[in-house]
Formats: sequence, structure tokens, C-alpha cells
Amino acid sequence: MLIINCPYCGARPEVEFRHAGEAHVARPAGTESLTDEEVVDRLYFRSNPKGMTVERWRHVHGCGRFFNAVRDTVSDFFVTTYKTGEPKPDLEALKAGAAK
Amino acid sequence: MSFRKAAGGRIDRNKPISFSFDGKTYQGYAGDTLASALLANGVHLVGRSFKYHRPRGILTAGIDEPNALVGVGKDDAHYTPNLRAPVIELYDGLKAESQNRWPSLGFDIGAVNDLLLSRFIPAGFYYKTFMWPKSFWTKVYEPKIRAAAGLGRAPETPDAARYTQVYQTTDILVVGAGPAGLSAALSASRSGKRVMLVDEQAEMGGSLLHNLTEVIEGKSASEWVADALTELKANPKVTLLPRATAFGYYPHNFIGINERLTDHLANPPANLPRERQWQVRAGEVVIAIGSLERPLVFPDNDRPGVMMAEAARAYVNRWGVLPGRRAVIATAHDSAYRVALDLKAAGIQIATIADLRGDVSGELVSAAEAAGIRVQRGAVITGTRGRKRITQAHVARIQPNGTAAAPEAIACDLLLMCGGWTPSVHLFSQSRGKLTFDEALQAYVPGQSVEKERSAGACRGLFDLGAILEDGWKAGADAAAAVGGVVAPFRVIDVKGSVKESGGYLGALPHGRNVNTVKAFVDFQNDSTAKDIKLAVREGMRSIEHVKRYTTTGMATDQGKTSNMNALGIVADTLKTPVPAVGLTTFRPPYSPITFGAFAGLARGDLFDPLRKTPSHDWATRAGAAFEPVGQWMRAWYFARPGEDMHAAVNREVKAVRSSVGMFDASTLGKIEVVGPDAAAFMNLLYTNAWTKLGVGKCRYGVMLREDGFVMDDGVVGRLAEDRFHVTTTTGGAPRVLHHMEDYRQTEFPHLDVWLTSTTEQWAVVAVQGPKARDVVRKLVGDFDLSKEAFPPMSVAETAIACVPGRLFSVSFTGEIGYELNVPADYGAALWEAVFEAGREFGITPYGTETMHVARAEKGYIIVGQETDGTATPDDVGLGWAVGKTKPDFVGKRALARPAMSAPDRKQMVGLFTEDPKVVIEEGAQIVLDPNQPVPMKMVGHVTSSYWSPTVGRSIAIAMLRGGRARIGETVYIPMPEGTIAAKVVEPAFYDKEGERLNG
Ligand SMILES: [Zn+2]
Repeated sequence: MLIINCPYCGARPEVEFRHAGEAHVARPAGTESLTDEEVVDRLYFRSNPKGMTVERWRHVHGCGRFFNAVRDTVSDFFVTTYKTGEPKPDLEALKAGAAK
Repeated sequence: MSFRKAAGGRIDRNKPISFSFDGKTYQGYAGDTLASALLANGVHLVGRSFKYHRPRGILTAGIDEPNALVGVGKDDAHYTPNLRAPVIELYDGLKAESQNRWPSLGFDIGAVNDLLLSRFIPAGFYYKTFMWPKSFWTKVYEPKIRAAAGLGRAPETPDAARYTQVYQTTDILVVGAGPAGLSAALSASRSGKRVMLVDEQAEMGGSLLHNLTEVIEGKSASEWVADALTELKANPKVTLLPRATAFGYYPHNFIGINERLTDHLANPPANLPRERQWQVRAGEVVIAIGSLERPLVFPDNDRPGVMMAEAARAYVNRWGVLPGRRAVIATAHDSAYRVALDLKAAGIQIATIADLRGDVSGELVSAAEAAGIRVQRGAVITGTRGRKRITQAHVARIQPNGTAAAPEAIACDLLLMCGGWTPSVHLFSQSRGKLTFDEALQAYVPGQSVEKERSAGACRGLFDLGAILEDGWKAGADAAAAVGGVVAPFRVIDVKGSVKESGGYLGALPHGRNVNTVKAFVDFQNDSTAKDIKLAVREGMRSIEHVKRYTTTGMATDQGKTSNMNALGIVADTLKTPVPAVGLTTFRPPYSPITFGAFAGLARGDLFDPLRKTPSHDWATRAGAAFEPVGQWMRAWYFARPGEDMHAAVNREVKAVRSSVGMFDASTLGKIEVVGPDAAAFMNLLYTNAWTKLGVGKCRYGVMLREDGFVMDDGVVGRLAEDRFHVTTTTGGAPRVLHHMEDYRQTEFPHLDVWLTSTTEQWAVVAVQGPKARDVVRKLVGDFDLSKEAFPPMSVAETAIACVPGRLFSVSFTGEIGYELNVPADYGAALWEAVFEAGREFGITPYGTETMHVARAEKGYIIVGQETDGTATPDDVGLGWAVGKTKPDFVGKRALARPAMSAPDRKQMVGLFTEDPKVVIEEGAQIVLDPNQPVPMKMVGHVTSSYWSPTVGRSIAIAMLRGGRARIGETVYIPMPEGTIAAKVVEPAFYDKEGERLNG
């Protein structure tokens, strides 16, 4: 069972958390401004990378807050977590850091 | 106990013990295992093998035992199959039985598999044989194989034992209390940090407990163990857990440990659970789980009396047992010479040592020869004799070309083998550490770590006792340093009597015999042979993962502890590639089999899942209600009167609701309070409906979509104030809805000033429905004006209900005049009784979920999750009217605008009238347009709800049908096993379509 670092509460066991999908995917709003293809892309298509992935998680059995995380899909380990609204980390820099 | 030494060993000769095996009574001593006690009584035949039913004996002295699997227990409720005899502690009255034999262990019909049928059971048998005809698989092959092959029988009565689970943290966890683990625990504990030391055996000490040769710091090995344990026990920061198997290494140093508390006791105290599962989070882990001796792969290496060499040494030294009188020792490693010397000292005649190695020499070899033991260099076993116990070993010289010469038959009742030592890398591998192949050792050892752990001693390839003790010491100190402990200074541990040992062999041995008829076992438990593995390679398997599955080698309950490396050796040899090129199978938890009970813990029976009861539960129980589980809720299903079946009860309940008044416990409705200056704006975004204009004191039916435009939930929402909404959700849907709302509140609409609170458990709800509902409720609300002018349908008010501050809704889920009375949950039971009393004069009828379903279906009201399946738009289920098309935005709005979401051939909600009004269609049944088309038919829809309607006096059904609304008036067909049902498509509302009854 992983230990996940909630940006609000600190390190807590995985069972307190719930996965909430890929992060930094814009909400498909606005009837006119988006094409149907764009809407479908945002609704249904996810990057599913091998390696660093950016995800939303919720500390559902804790503070209840949503936050973002970078997780390595190969090792399953979290690389970093950060608050909702904070910018997406530089994955290349994180990869370089992890390689060290 | 004719095979018991007069003295020696760690058994207590003052405590004799009586036990039974296959119904026969034997004697043993306290401190014995079932295996040592059987051997002391000269019992070697203890089981039949999995596939060929070959007689099998005791191979090992530990958890790696593949043969001696027995069932233990005084009765079926305390029965455990497939236990390993070498790790079963003996207690008075222990009852054990052999497995996989019929009618008896000595005479077993299934042994025909070995003598006659074995050539029909080659590798890949399961994949190759049963391909045709398909029907033979279930009718012929599978039952026959199940009857013929197998392990123990599963008990049929519930397990009477209790199991618990406990969470623990520790600074340092040391797994294994052999020399390396004890040494690590000593240095770690001297750092002042918290230490846990766990060991699978009853007694800590590991191999030191049968080591009579070496002297550690001037003490015998057993004295050194005793002193170490004394020191550890005296330290309050040290937890010692014997009889505890660290079975799984999970991410972030989370270790599963199974502690057995009562299996060794004749009369366990009632307060003790049978097992305790520890879930330990450790700062640092020291893995010190030792190594396992490898068998040698020669023909007929599986007879009773064939044993691992070191196991025999343990039986002699630790349990004072003579596993035989005259032994042949086959080895490829020096350690067997120490075995020979110890056995000879105990009075066992050593007929010969057949060493594979042609040029072997050294201190131990010299000592054996000096003791008068015959040593044959470059010699191999080519076969054995003796069906139920070995009587002969055939020893042959290996010729220069690598083949075996003509063998010499040597009489013996014990054949010991040692193919070398395999470091136990199970836990390290489970921790996802990378294994590396050590060429010198011809073994995999731990390489790069992933977790905060380190391996010490034999499990990382060290085999010299002094080195092992020092390695353990250093590992414990390093672990302590890593968690900030005061590090104990390095210690040179003086060991006398050590001799450098080496050697080892991987793979099958030459035997010069017909390869098609001999069986040289690699995996004893799954009965796979060297021939099977070679066949798998010839048939194209290259990866060890494929060979493993094709031959089932290493897939038995021991996960190949004794077989994996030999299998690798055979594959590598057949392919002429180095061992690492073949790969290594993955090690997975559990390290050794664990009872299901330990994982279930206390979550059994009533404690399996939380049970949520409604406030009227006890009343309904007294009234004789039948209940149905709805998620975790237990809800009254129907209230049958004496003599009524479900059908009669539901008919009566529905009629009461339609003609008089009924009452229903609706407390399970999910409830969320949405509060704040921006509450209405938030509701506008989360629901399809428009909320801004909903007046205070008014209700509206709301539809919630996911962002993809499909219906997610629905429910009545009441506006209590400008800034306060009482939202209801489907039963069981509240957590999902609240999570969805929280997601948008926190991440997409953080600018909105609004709070969300779950209030499902705060409110008890009694629904009062029917033409007389107003008369009943009026009696409970004092001066509150219930007239239809003052409080029309879809109103809400905060008012006293039965003298309790409550929330009163005028809502109907039946189509009749209806109210939902909300009071604080603690008053729910009282409210229920008050409503019943108030309704007595009107003959108020309590009804259950079935009547609720029938009544709503008669009206064509949907249930989310029944009519919808996550792919229905509001328009699909007739709720297009609830979508606020002029609203600038709401969740799902943009997705709904996609052309596919309004395609005319979408499944749309319709009603069905069966041609025969008495036929009630099965829910979930598929619909076709042409019943005469060939199979597979084109399915155009499915039935979502179907009931007998007492109000309409016929069956009714709701269906989701492709382009359904355009098919109203047409006939469709529902093919069922009993025949095809014809049904007419109708409007999905069967009663009071205009809704006039609400205005009564
Ligand atoms: Zn938190």
C-alpha cells in the first residue's frame, strides 16, 4: 500500500485516497466555441503514458480535497503532489531528477 | 519410536505426546513436528503425488516441503488441508490424514496414472488434449481429472476459528531469526530504535538450532541463540514474533505478516484468535530469510526415504530422530559432507557419498574419508528401487563424455541429496528489487533495491557462518543509521569450526536410461519432470514464464521453492544458453500459503459489510416484513399478512396507495445540503434544470448529468431559503453525487461561494401517499395549512412534524397525493409510529420497496440505474423537458449538443404491453423486431422494468428500445428459453397520464 503525500495533510496511506482521472484536461464547456472533435477528445481520450503521468487524486477519507499528482506508471510510485490550481510541473525536469 | 535417538535434540523427552495419522495412533514428544514424530516412528510414506499418485515421503524439514502435505483438524470446522508436515507442531491429540489417495495411502487406485497412463499426461497435456470435442471438456475430461489429480479436500463447514488483524509501525523490521537476522536484530536494537523480529518457526534460531559443530564467540550455536534472545527480550523496544510468516512485501515497506497463535495448542484459550495478520509499515527492513537446499534431478528421485541432506541433519540434531539406518548421499556441494559426519556420529551408516564433482577435495571431504566414509568422486545416481520406501540407490561413474556408466546398486533406506543452495530472494523480488545472477554461485542474488531494505546472510549468497553473522550485524546497524539511530560499532564475530564450503549444480543429471520411461522429478508437488521441461522447450517454449505455464513447474502451492532453479538449469541446458538468458519467474505473495481467514479477519458474517437499517426496521420486523438489501441498506420489501404471498401482499399494498393511503420508509434517500450565497448558481451548473427562479418553499425534480451528457442521478430538490437547497439523490447515490459536486466546487467552479454537506444520516423520511394522505398528515402538523392552495404539490416547509422540528415536502413518487415527512433521524422510529397511529382510522397500509417500484412504474417514473445505464441522455428516458436549454452552461451541456446524442435511433424509453396480459417479462430481456431471423438475432433494446400492475390489471413493462418513440403501436418480440413473447409498444405511462390525481 503506497503512502501518498496530500499537499494539505501530509503523508497518508493509499486507502484514504481516490483516483480522479487525468489532470490538466480542460472541461468541455461552451456550445459554440469547441468543435465536436475537440469535445470528444476532452471527454474520452487520455494520454495513458508509460512513465510519468499527471493525475487528479482526492483525499476522500481525509481532508476531502482534490489535488494533482505526478505518478510513474512503471513503478506506480508518486513522484510529486501539488495543489489544484498550481501549474503542471516540468516532467522532463522530474524525469532527469528521478534518473539521478 | 524406534527411530528416536536416546538423547539429544531440542525435544522434551519428559513430555510424551500422542497423535494420530490416518487413524493410527503414534507417540512423539513436545518439540516435535508432525514430520519428525512420523520419522521417529519409521513412517516415511505420507502422501500421494498430485498427478501420478506416486508414493511420497518427507523431503525437507521446513516450509519448502513439496510432498508431505496433510490435512489436520479434529473436525470439519477446524480442518485445514495441505499443511506441510515439517512445520506442523505436534500437540496431544493432533489428528492428521494423508491426501490424494483412495481407498488408502498404501493401496491407491489412482496410482494407475503412474504405471499405465503417464505417457498420456505429458507437458502441456492440459492444453493439448482437450481441444476436441468441446463438450467433452465439461462432461468428461474435467470431472475425471479433478477426481484423479489433486491436493487435499476443502472443508465443507464454516471455519470455526477466529482471525484478527492488527496494524503496526516499526523503525526496523527484521525478517528471519536465523544467524543473520538475530545478529541484525542485536545491532539494530542497540541503536535505541524500535525493532520487530519475525520468524516463521516456533523457535527462533534457524539453522543454528541444528548446528552442533560451530562455536560462536566461545559458545555453542544454541547457547549463542539463547543469549541473543535473552538480550532482545529484555529490550522493551524490541518485539519478537515467532510463528509469524512475512508473506508479502508491498509498496513503501508495507509488510504482511501472518502470526499463528493456536495451531500448536491442544486446548487453545478461547480468547486467542487462531491467527493474527500484522500489517506493518517499517522504516527500514532487513531481509534475512536464508537459503533453500536444491534437490538433484535423477530418475525416481521421489521415493519415500529420499530426503534433502541438510533436512536429515536437522532431524538428527534438532529432533533426535534417525531418518534411516543406512544412507547414500548424493551431492554436488560440500555441505553434504557435514551432514554425513553428523549422521555418522548419530549412528547412521553412510553407505557412500556420490559426489558429482570429479576433482572434489577439501577439509570436509578429508574429514569424511578420515571417518571411514566411502567417497565416490564424479558419481551420479541413475535410479532407485523400493515402491513405498527406498531400498536401493544406483550409483554410476560419470564418464569423460558426460554420460553415466553402468551403475552399482547400493542398498539403503535413506537417500540424501544436495544440489547446492538457492538464496531465498522471494521478499526482495516482491519488493521489486532487481535480481542479478551470480556466476560463481550459479544463483540469483539481490541487486538494486527499490524499497528501503537490505538483505543479509544466506539470502544474498553468503554461506560462511562468520560472514553471515557479521553481515547481519552490519545490516542491522545500517538500517538503524538510516532511521537516525545511534549506530552500534562494527563487531568482528569470532566463529570456530567453520569450513569454507562450495559447489552446486543446476539441472538434470545424466542417467543413461530410456528417457521415455524414467521420471526424474523437478517439481515434486506438481509432478513435473525433466522430460516435461525438455519437451516444452522442444515444442517452442523459450521464456521460463512459458515453460512454467506449459509444464506447471513452479506453479504449485510452494511456488517452486525446490524446483525453480533446476527448471531454469534444464531450459538453459536444452537451449544451450546461459541461465540468466532464460529469465526468472516473478515471485508473488504469499511467500507460503496463508489461510483465507487471515485475510478476511473479522469481516465475516454480520461484520462482512456494514448493514444500514432504516428507522422503521424494528417495527417492520415485528410486522413480519420481508426485507431486501439495497446496497448496504436493508429495506422492507413487502409487508405480507398471514396467508399472503409476495404477489398478494404487493397487490394489496398498491391498491391501498391508489384508493386510500400508504406509508413508506424513504429514509434511504440520499440528502445533500447545498448552502451559500452562490448556491443557486452552483445548482444551475450541476443540474440540467433552471434553479434561479425556483421560489423559496418550492421543489423541483432535478436531473444531474456527467460531463459526457449522460444521466448520473436525479431527485427532488427543495429550496429552503435563497441560499439553501435540500437536495435528494437516489438511494445509495449520495456519496457519488457529493464526490461529483465536490469535484466541480473545488476544481472547476472555485469562484462560487457554496458549501456542501452530506445529510443522508441526519434525516429520517416517512412517505405518506394516497388520496387520504392529506388527512393523515394534517393530524401531525398542528396549525400548518396543508390545503392544496397553501401547500400545493412540490412544496417544502420547515415545520413541526409530530412535535419535532422537521421538513415537510409535498412530493409524490406514486402519482397520488403525497408527502415526505423529514425529522431528525433519532425521531424516525417515533415518527413512523405516529404516522401509523394517525393513519389508523384511514386504514393506512405500510408498504415496501416492491410496491414503491410498481406504483412508480405504473406512472412511468424512471429509476436511475434501472432505466438508465450510464448511456442514456435525459431525452432518451423522457426527461428532455427537464433540460434548461437556455441556460448558458451546465455540466454535460456541451456533450448533449453532439449530433450522436440526439440521433433518432438511440434507445428510447417506451412501455410494453405483452400480447398475453398475464405474462410478466423478465427484466433484462432482449428485444428483437423479427422473431424468425436466424441466430444471433439483431437486438434492438432491452426490458428495464417489468411488473404485474394491480391498478391496470395486467402486466406492464418499461423498455429501452432503438428509435422506440417512433415504434409506438408496433409489435416487438422478446425471445426467451420458454418461447417468444410478443408485446406492443406503448407510451411509458400506464395510469393517470394527465396527473389529475395529484390535484385531488
Ligand atoms: Zn488531505
